[in-house]
Amino acid sequence: MAEISYRDAVTRGIAQEMARDPDVVFLGEDVAKPGGCFKATVGLYEQFGGVRVRDTPISEQAILGAAMGAAMTGLKPIAEIMFSDFIAVCFDYIANEFPKARYMSNGQTKCPLVVRTANGAGSRFGAQHSQSVENWCMMIPGLKVVAPSSPIDVVGLMAAAVRDPDPVIFFEHKSLYNSKGEVPDGEILDTLGTAKILRPGKDCTIVALALMVPRALEAAERLRIDHGIDCEVIDVRSLVPLDTKTILGSVAKTHRLFTVEENPRLCGWGAEIVSIVADEGFYDLDGPPVRITTPHIPLPAADIMEDVVLPTPQRIMETIRRGLGS
Amino acid sequence: MSTAKDRAPGPAGSGLNDDIGEEKRLALYRSQVRLRDAEQRAFDLFLQNLVKGTSHLSLGQEAIAAGFAEAMVKGDLSFCTYRGHAHTLARGVPVEKVLGELMQKDNGLMRGKGGSMHLTSEEHGVMGSYAIIGAHLPIACGAAWRAQYRGDKDVSVCFFGDGTTNIGAFHEALNFAAVWKLPVVFVCENNLYMEYTPIKDVIPIPQPAADRASAYGLERILIDGNDADIVYRTAQKAFARARAGEGPSLIECLTYRHSGHSRADPAKYRPEGELEEWKKHDPVKLYRERLKQFGVTDEVIAEIDASVRKEVDDATEACKAAPSPPLDIITTDVYADGGWAWRN
Ligand SMILES: Cc1ncc(C[n+]2csc(CCOP(=O)(O)OP(=O)(O)O)c2C)c(N)n1
Ligand SMILES: [Mg+2]
Repeated sequence: MAEISYRDAVTRGIAQEMARDPDVVFLGEDVAKPGGCFKATVGLYEQFGGVRVRDTPISEQAILGAAMGAAMTGLKPIAEIMFSDFIAVCFDYIANEFPKARYMSNGQTKCPLVVRTANGAGSRFGAQHSQSVENWCMMIPGLKVVAPSSPIDVVGLMAAAVRDPDPVIFFEHKSLYNSKGEVPDGEILDTLGTAKILRPGKDCTIVALALMVPRALEAAERLRIDHGIDCEVIDVRSLVPLDTKTILGSVAKTHRLFTVEENPRLCGWGAEIVSIVADEGFYDLDGPPVRITTPHIPLPAADIMEDVVLPTPQRIMETIRRGLGS
Repeated sequence: MSTAKDRAPGPAGSGLNDDIGEEKRLALYRSQVRLRDAEQRAFDLFLQNLVKGTSHLSLGQEAIAAGFAEAMVKGDLSFCTYRGHAHTLARGVPVEKVLGELMQKDNGLMRGKGGSMHLTSEEHGVMGSYAIIGAHLPIACGAAWRAQYRGDKDVSVCFFGDGTTNIGAFHEALNFAAVWKLPVVFVCENNLYMEYTPIKDVIPIPQPAADRASAYGLERILIDGNDADIVYRTAQKAFARARAGEGPSLIECLTYRHSGHSRADPAKYRPEGELEEWKKHDPVKLYRERLKQFGVTDEVIAEIDASVRKEVDDATEACKAAPSPPLDIITTDVYADGGWAWRN
């Protein structure tokens, strides 16, 4: 057991899988010799060599297309898209190619690959380098989508993603790279499609993802201390497959639902969760489900502006307190 | 206006140099006749309202599909476009499977789940037909990367049109393949038109692919795409280069489509006489003459024609009789577990 950073957990997860399976290869811009724009892949080139860890031209379509062709013919590629915002320039592969090949070919074509990408705000990079775009991927049949919030989940879900036979989009949160957590020694393998109850509670359910998880936990702690409100906090971890059982089970116990999303308001992932709970857990609810989101605006760059648009522990706390009428 | 006279040099059957050999020649002929008949049948069935959805025919472009496929060996991989019937058939996929997919029947190659634009038969090395312009060039690079990584000797062959040379993925793939020295062969079928606009109206150079090769450090290769012998020889050279680890090739094949862009297109935008001019250089007609020059008898040719016709006729009847696909496959194969579950 050792405390490692979320950043080092990325390297650890990839290294674990590359050491296990010679079919795992890794490509992206500045990922090999430079060790990645966020230094999340330092040492992989030295450990596994330039044949398995390759720097590419600035060609996002070539990166994802090559990953797909390699996956279709037997390799298990991990491709990095430096910032998740750049998914927009290679969205064809994510929207039309990876997820449709198996279906259109009536099951002939396989596409076991991982796209990992740095997602989310907090770095004051402005509207084209700060977005949370996991919802762009969640809506596409055929993809799997994960977004871990802790180092141990990074390692375990990376392993699960690499071993999964479907295309997985793996969102790492930029603002979590420096965060730390305990990670046991030895191989770690988690399961896609499983949410985690990080804090049990009885008064309401808070469902959060990635950077919003530590913020939700902080809000929950303050609600307990300042207001005696006992929140259950769920880290969704995996948007597809979605662990609706854990969420519905929690709402059945607490009778209230709050989602905390970094996505801008419209069609954020929380909308889907609220809709499922409204359909299937309506009679468990004692009040309206509430979404806490970034407003429907491009992200501003300045720190004081970025700080007020993302859900903060303070905003989460106040919204929940108001929602519970206490 | 580009005419058949603008074709690249390479006189038909020059010198009667039989470097290709009779067996391969007959195979090249049979393949072209088969593609011609199957595509013509697809068109006829469309007129009878039996082919649904869309379809993009390769009538007039058969020598490219036949020439490349005959130069490929088992294990080589084809990546096609929505205009992919011919390339799929040329790798040996039965006519019934292709017509069945066009007619959206249960005997179709993908049982109606893909349709005419997405023909795929991995057992024949047909790794998919892609309908987003340019998408499959990087994908072919990836398959070639796997071959390079594992030391496999197969070549990935990627077919696309003239219009495709203007999309970003083309340039990304060419650069990527050249820098990584991948065993991939890019084949541009320059049929002079995109959908309805002539390619010459949208490029600043005469040849959309060949004139860009030098930007990627590649040889300029421009050939007569209606002469199957020339196509075959060019393919062999490019494949040998790829298998030897010398990297990719970009081959521009001049050709012309006899029909419209897709099923609904009467191709009124073509100048008068252009089609007639190109039909004088029809690849199937040209090759039939070639066989005769090499002493192949009319009987042998007629036998090939008849056996191909029988395959297409039998396939047509089988497809007409085939049932529609069952609705329970709508939700299969979304994910690798065979189903479509996205939640527990
Ligand atoms: C990205 C994208 N843009 C536009 C289209 C619509 N489209 C389909 S075929 C075609 C023309 C392609 O021309 P070319 O590459 O010359 O191929 P050809 O059809 O002549 O074989 C266009 C514009 C598309 N399918 N994908
Ligand atoms: Mg064209």
